[in-house]
Amino acid sequence: MALLQISEPGQTPNPHERRIAVGIDLGTTHSLVASVRHGVAECLPDAQGRVILPSVVRYLAGGGRQIGVEAVLAGSADPENTIASVKRFMGRGLKDVALASKLPYQFVDHPGMLGIQTVQGEKSPVEVSADILATLRYRAEDTFNSDLYGAVITVPAYFDDAQRQATKDAAQLAGLNVLRLINEPTAAAIAYGLDNASEGLYAIYDLGGGTFDISILRLTQGVFEVVATGGDSALGGDDYDHALADWVLAQLAAQEGKSVNVCSNLGAEPQCASSCANYGSTNSRSPADKAALKTAARACKEALTATETITFNAVLAGASVTFDVKRSDFEAATQALTARTLQAVRKALRDAKLTAGEVKGVVMVGGSTRMPQIQKAVGEFFGQTPLTNLNPDEVVALGAAIQANQLAGNNPGGELLLLDVIPLSLGIETMGGLAERIVLRNETIPTAKAQDFTTYIDGQTALALHVVQGERDLVADCRSLARFELRGIPPMAAGAARIRVTFTVDADGLLSVSAREQVSGVEASIAVKPSYGLADEQIARMLAESFTTAESDMHARAVTEARVDADRMLLATVSALNADGDLLDAAQRSEIDRLMQAVQAARTLEDAKAIEAMTLALAKGTEAFAAQRMNRGIQHALAGKNIATI
Amino acid sequence: MKSLQSNDFELFGLEQCFAQDQAVLDARWKDLQRQAHPDKFSAQGAAAQRIAMQWSVRINEAYQRLKDPLKRAAYLCELHGAPVNAENNTAMPGAFLLQQMEWREALDEASTPEDLEQISLQSRLAVREALQKTEQLLDQSQDYAGAVAQVRALMFMARFTEDINARLDQLDP
Repeated sequence: MALLQISEPGQTPNPHERRIAVGIDLGTTHSLVASVRHGVAECLPDAQGRVILPSVVRYLAGGGRQIGVEAVLAGSADPENTIASVKRFMGRGLKDVALASKLPYQFVDHPGMLGIQTVQGEKSPVEVSADILATLRYRAEDTFNSDLYGAVITVPAYFDDAQRQATKDAAQLAGLNVLRLINEPTAAAIAYGLDNASEGLYAIYDLGGGTFDISILRLTQGVFEVVATGGDSALGGDDYDHALADWVLAQLAAQEGKSVNVCSNLGAEPQCASSCANYGSTNSRSPADKAALKTAARACKEALTATETITFNAVLAGASVTFDVKRSDFEAATQALTARTLQAVRKALRDAKLTAGEVKGVVMVGGSTRMPQIQKAVGEFFGQTPLTNLNPDEVVALGAAIQANQLAGNNPGGELLLLDVIPLSLGIETMGGLAERIVLRNETIPTAKAQDFTTYIDGQTALALHVVQGERDLVADCRSLARFELRGIPPMAAGAARIRVTFTVDADGLLSVSAREQVSGVEASIAVKPSYGLADEQIARMLAESFTTAESDMHARAVTEARVDADRMLLATVSALNADGDLLDAAQRSEIDRLMQAVQAARTLEDAKAIEAMTLALAKGTEAFAAQRMNRGIQHALAGKNIATI
Repeated sequence: MKSLQSNDFELFGLEQCFAQDQAVLDARWKDLQRQAHPDKFSAQGAAAQRIAMQWSVRINEAYQRLKDPLKRAAYLCELHGAPVNAENNTAMPGAFLLQQMEWREALDEASTPEDLEQISLQSRLAVREALQKTEQLLDQSQDYAGAVAQVRALMFMARFTEDINARLDQLDP
């Protein structure tokens, strides 16, 4: 069928034009942006040729901010206003952050998500992440000299609903259209082209700066299925730095017989606490000293990848610290950390009912997997040499870029399909503070699950629902996601009402919950968000305050975004008509043509609301057509297949 | 015509019986998701996304039920007018309950992974035997009431397997 021409030249983008879609690895220590250019995924460099953007934002007195390398360089001198590893705080309250008192920040506790007090006032982790994402967005827009169609953003596989929602909020704040959130290990597998490789089970071992992820993927005919995930959200290369700094200070103290002030107080590790106790230290290091020790330890660690011995060198306020470290010392000092990663690997295998021997390949992700002791330990555990030929820092962003390219429709023949699982069970609180799990961990998404509940006293007219996430039996041990109420239940005897609670988890792993009393039809529903994340008003305030939306260009930006949406809808409709236009009769077809012309007319106006209204009308007007197409697709999937003979 | 209302077997184009080939099931699931997954419609507007989501959810629901022998058996019983009603009917034959109690005692006393492995092996054998019986009742004799009793027994065993795994997790956290 010929391509349908629906507009004057120049008014709509050419349907064959490539849409610029990027993959973003929003990492704890580093972030990267990548895109598919000339058929190959590559990371986009900044003006200085650097692809890695340190995930560090410094807020300056009197406005302005430094992001990335500049922030890192200035960081030791101004640690309180230099936010690093903000990913650990996403969707987290103060009580969730391990050893928060040892970090150089002034935290402000809020139910759901903490804030950080800076010279520019309080910043939410979402705002800090949005600053990082916006920097990458500008980098990509400068590279292509064009607006972005959308982005795929990666998250750790076990990020819960709160953390995923916070990530999506940050992207929205940075002005990005999120095509999909995907799991980091899954992105790594895509980057390695494992979809083209022979079928089988693969383990993705991802040791980043701040998080450890293990995922077991099953690959068949272009389908990526996550069969199990596990890991530790508070274990990463940073902990190796802390352990090394603590070890050096302990050695020095032992050598020189010092008794004070020898612990770095950096660590998220129990060893730190014990060495503090042994040497009588308290939490007395200045933020600048902590940062200096951390920088020194990191440099030392990185050098030990290529060399056997290196000098640890840090200049502190009190004195300078110098000590020769052998690789074997480093390995011994961090042995417990490496063992913890393998413990999580064993658990993930058990969850998947698999043994190490069944795993066909192991992919290494994250800069920390450059450490020789990690490669050795993982190799021994799986009985094979892990895959390391792609840059472990870039591999996640590259995979995200490939997926983004596909989702933007640039690769229509692509067979790649990602089937993800929910990382943590979702449930609701029942009598006695127990959590009733409704959607179980590792279930394929999207999914919807319903469960019936009832009232427990006569004449009860309302029911409070408390949505939680986690594997523990007690609500107190799970993460609280949201609370809402179903009101207006007609008075009935206890146990007579039938309240069906439905959990729906979309392909991004985000949850919405609805409750309906079956007899009366009373309904309540909620997109799970408020109790942990940011309310919509907060997002609106941040958007208003954000540098991406200075008052003058708010209007222009709204119009541009409305036009992008309109174009997206027009393109979608054109390609749907090309593929399945024969499903429509003449009247239906002319109605859709009319709606498309209305969108065409509206998009020439400088009125965002008018453009949005017409786009919405087109979306509504094509709904039945979309349903018919979907039916055809399903019939097609089964066409020509015989009933299995068994 | 397949529709969202089709039963799981119709949706997957499979014969309505207990014996199923896991490989065929997996392949069918992926074929269907390849057509219906929201990612396949990411450039096609919100309406298409919503419909795709409904289909994708329905396909996953059917797949979860079909791939698990216990759920598949319970579903077949239900389709043939013999619902399992596990929450309302927990009466089991005395001999079965006695054996369950013995196993639970053994589990309580187990202190090493090897002990647990031994118990786990026994329980796996019993599950396999019960599944064979279930298949015979459903596919050969069409004795759905009889199959319901087997399904209930399998539910007890599944709970026991979970407890074994929980103990294994304790020993190797």
